[in-house]
Amino acid sequence: MQRFLARRLLLTIVTLWLVSILIFFMARISGDPTTLLIDDYASASTLEDLRASLGLDKSYPEQYWIFLKNAVRGDFGISIVQKQPVGDLIMQRLPATLYLGLVAFFFSLVVGIPLGVLSSLKRGSLMDQVGKAIALVGQSAPPFWIGIMLMFFFAVRLGWVAPSGREETSSIILPAITLGWFNVAANLRLMRSAMLDVMDTEYIKLARAKGVAHNIIIWKHALRNALIPPLTFAGITLGGLITGSLVAETVFAWPGLGQLAFLAVRDSDYPLLQGVVITFAAAYLATAFLVDVFYAYVDPRIRFS
Amino acid sequence: MAENPAQAVLVPPADRVSLPKIWRTVKRWPLIPLFLLLLVVFAGVMAPWIAPEDPRKGNLRARMVPPVWLEGGSTDHLLGTDHLGRDILSRIVHGARISLIVAAVTLGLGGTTGTVLGLLAGWYGKWIDEIIMRIVDIALAIPLVLVALVMVVAVGQSFPSELGGQTGLIILVLASFFWVRFARLVRGEVLQLKTLDYVALAKVAGASIPRILFVHIFPGVINTLIVLATLQVGFVILVESTLSFLGAGVPPPTPAWGSMVAEGRDFLAGAWWISTMPGLAILLTVMSLNLFGDWLRDTLDPRLRQLATN
Repeated sequence: MQRFLARRLLLTIVTLWLVSILIFFMARISGDPTTLLIDDYASASTLEDLRASLGLDKSYPEQYWIFLKNAVRGDFGISIVQKQPVGDLIMQRLPATLYLGLVAFFFSLVVGIPLGVLSSLKRGSLMDQVGKAIALVGQSAPPFWIGIMLMFFFAVRLGWVAPSGREETSSIILPAITLGWFNVAANLRLMRSAMLDVMDTEYIKLARAKGVAHNIIIWKHALRNALIPPLTFAGITLGGLITGSLVAETVFAWPGLGQLAFLAVRDSDYPLLQGVVITFAAAYLATAFLVDVFYAYVDPRIRFS
Repeated sequence: MAENPAQAVLVPPADRVSLPKIWRTVKRWPLIPLFLLLLVVFAGVMAPWIAPEDPRKGNLRARMVPPVWLEGGSTDHLLGTDHLGRDILSRIVHGARISLIVAAVTLGLGGTTGTVLGLLAGWYGKWIDEIIMRIVDIALAIPLVLVALVMVVAVGQSFPSELGGQTGLIILVLASFFWVRFARLVRGEVLQLKTLDYVALAKVAGASIPRILFVHIFPGVINTLIVLATLQVGFVILVESTLSFLGAGVPPPTPAWGSMVAEGRDFLAGAWWISTMPGLAILLTVMSLNLFGDWLRDTLDPRLRQLATN
């Protein structure tokens, strides 16, 4: 277990470190930031002063070390367009993204798992066909387009919910569906095939033979064991839900980190983008790490393989 | 019934076309997805010749014309026009070209690199395998869309135009993430294949290692590669259109499906078709690819059941 943990932790740290190097050097390639901060008529000496005050006169390794030290403390400099510390902007918006990600996570479980069970009960039935259709569309449709279509029907045409923003409690519904949709499809498929496998085992046949009611066999005996693959997958995708919020937040103007990243792309606001991306990457990797540790703890086969 | 040999004697061998027979063929072959895919490929290859209008040129007097089946639509613009009066069908046809080029070059580059590295890792094992597989682990752990966003914003404008400008950069970024999927799969296959007798025989017969890898082992992984590549095309198209939607994809005025959806977003109330049509194009293309890929997998290599779309 300790060896597994150490290995997994090392991988997480190395990955995050490589992401930070990548982003740092991208920033240097993207051009001299002083040209964005100063007008064309500034004298050479003013430019030199500014470069010194920004630390740009130091060598690259030195600059990277400073960048890394600051990043660890959550200091990513100042946003060029919004003129506020990037760390503050991120902290203001982090809760909205976490809220959206969690709601989408539960949505994908609550909808995907029962649908998967129902479509496994009778192969080839209408329910099974509906389930297959949902899974196929869920895997093939671009999430941003699903979001726009939901917005068109439920906000523009029917007027049931606000088209964007976070003013009302119901504002969460459409972004959460957009974000969770892909995982509904995946959970449905996994649940269906896991149920089919379990229903074929000896202990289910035994339960049937001794006369346990059909509903109890399905929802109690079979479901509990069939839940393992979908739950494993759900854990793995938790990190993906956080970064996937980029699209859902952009479509619905949800005031979270994803929208902040979109604004940074639109305005070419590099310090802001680099802060948001590192935060996202850290959240993504940390979730993946925690989930892996959790599963290794629950399922001994993982830690010994 | 026809598969039953006893029955085959009784039934006259005439090629009678009956509805159940057609239905069986439709079920056995993915005809609808295959047809849609051929349509997309045809549109993409022939775009400059078959598109009814210039996809970049707008006509301000014909703005937001609805599709032909709606009131106010005209046969001049079968799928309507956008907010600048550009013909949506022409833009979708040209968008197919962009999506196909990005997907083909990405998978060509990534697939080749991944296959070669997978062959090496699987064959040599030891530290070569260790290094390649750790890089694979890391690449799989990095959120792809985010890194692509950063790269495009940082170097997109200044990427040399001989290499395709911003589009070339996107292809390069995508390929540098997609090769790992091929490497991992090929390595696994090689580990199995290299234990087989015919490989040992080739070694004894004095075949060089490149010859063993490419002449004896590579043919054994081709089926797997075809299935993986087909399933990945859809995924590359989804990622590319997501980047375009976010404003970090193929730059305007080139019509990419993702950016067309983004442009129509502000006109949903008055002209819903601007966003809907290109989105449908993505949906149908990716769906056909997934169905076709599933079918290929079941036909060529049923062992690969676990190869999901992603």
